[in-house]
Amino acid sequence: MYFSNIRCYGKDCDHPAVADSPALQVDNLSFKYPGMDRPAVDDVTVAIKPGEKVALVGPNGAGKSTFMKLIVGLEKIQSGSISVYGHMAHSCKHRVAMVPQRSSVDWSFPVTVRQVVTMGRYVHLGWFNRLRPIDHEAVEKALLAMEITNLADRQVGDLSGGQQQRVMLARTLAHDADLLLMDEPLNHVDIATQELIFHVIESICTKGKSVLISSHDLGLLTIHFNRALFLDHKLKADGPIKEVLTAENIASAYGFRFHKTKELGPWLNG
Amino acid sequence: MVEWLIEPLAYSFFQRGLAGGILAAIACGVLSGFIVWRGMAFIGDALSHSILPGIVLAYALGVNLLIGAVLASMVAVAGIGMITRKNGLKEDSAIGVIFTGLFALGILMLSKISTYQDLTHILFGNILGISSSDLLIIGGIVLLVVLSVFLFYKELLVTSFDPVHAETIGLSPSLIQYGLLIVIALTTVVSIQSIGVVLILALLVTPAASASMLVKELPWIIALGTLFAVLSSISGFYVSYYMDVASGPAIVIILTTIFLICFTWNHLVRK
Repeated sequence: MYFSNIRCYGKDCDHPAVADSPALQVDNLSFKYPGMDRPAVDDVTVAIKPGEKVALVGPNGAGKSTFMKLIVGLEKIQSGSISVYGHMAHSCKHRVAMVPQRSSVDWSFPVTVRQVVTMGRYVHLGWFNRLRPIDHEAVEKALLAMEITNLADRQVGDLSGGQQQRVMLARTLAHDADLLLMDEPLNHVDIATQELIFHVIESICTKGKSVLISSHDLGLLTIHFNRALFLDHKLKADGPIKEVLTAENIASAYGFRFHKTKELGPWLNG
Repeated sequence: MVEWLIEPLAYSFFQRGLAGGILAAIACGVLSGFIVWRGMAFIGDALSHSILPGIVLAYALGVNLLIGAVLASMVAVAGIGMITRKNGLKEDSAIGVIFTGLFALGILMLSKISTYQDLTHILFGNILGISSSDLLIIGGIVLLVVLSVFLFYKELLVTSFDPVHAETIGLSPSLIQYGLLIVIALTTVVSIQSIGVVLILALLVTPAASASMLVKELPWIIALGTLFAVLSSISGFYVSYYMDVASGPAIVIILTTIFLICFTWNHLVRK
């Protein structure tokens, strides 16, 4: 169970973005889980501009999920600072949303697709408030964007993995956040859904929103993203994706040698 | 047949017992949807057993039993929460420790200060035991339970389905969990007289488990589950009256029969 220090549920804390502020500004962020020898996130400094889409890559257990949890407020910041659209992180739950890994959800719970997408609106409602027409509109728009309107009344437990991922993304769209964090959204997802996810990312970024996405599918990321962060506890590289995803970088971080570096080189380095 | 149904209603103790039983069944039915689908059967069972020392103490002091029961259930909820949080123990272990400890304490106290007859009433239910003032308290608590589920339905929904999402929008899943535990404890307390401490779990789990065999939407599971709970309580009371058996086991046997019918139906339709 997670405990964050600032409770904000409902509309009281809907701070608009500060003009000309970065979507995400992280300074000297470090985080260590109790009982571990080394920090999960070690002195990371990075900034993401509004409208930017950034890939977050790195080996398993390199702190990618922890990094996202810190931004969204699922873990307390121990040292360093995070600000989202000019506001101290966690002071406003409306600006930032996360698409969690699909395994964090109880898919057997009896809810329909529309109900799950509606949960994306709860942040705007708070205690005791019922859904307004504007909330219903946002839900239908999100269902349409993820092409799951025809599934709206189905139980989420009956859907395929790809369809469930669409539901999670639709919920995040309904949340209408400005900074979207997506933790491994491409895992166990069909190709049509993958393409739809990239398409949706593209279209929300052209509206000035920002996306940070983590994935192990390096090939797909190189096609769709320009900028990548390479996180292995420390931020090892930050820049154009083709410079970050070099065979050397990948091999050293993942702790192996490429079987055929020569053949891979041109593909990875474009 | 009609006479058979009307005859016991001439007695005011049966009227009060039946009213109390129906009210308790409503509270249990409404909660059972969440208990079944959040996987809270074990903690529900534990809570119902943990209130025993409170009841016995209230009995010894001559205050209303329900007050003692409410206090004991709060102690159990707080104790489970503290052990789980501070010592990193898994919740079911904390529940096991607290629940057996309190239940044993209750039985020891009971065997020292009261008779065997009282024990069976508390453990297995006694429809004769509900007074007018009990009925008032039961009514108030049931109203509170139903109202809380209605008012906090969306919070219950999001913390059940995706506690991580709840946390990211600033809603504490543990706050909702504790709220739900308190409400379950209160429901347990109002069900003591009709079904007894030992078998309350059946009213908290079987209604929604049966309903889930027939319908898929949570509101329908809750509605149908409540109907099952109320029907079983009413028929259980008549069985208890005519066959001179404890009401608790009578209600549970009927509930279980309903479940088996729903299960068979589901099995036949799905095949």
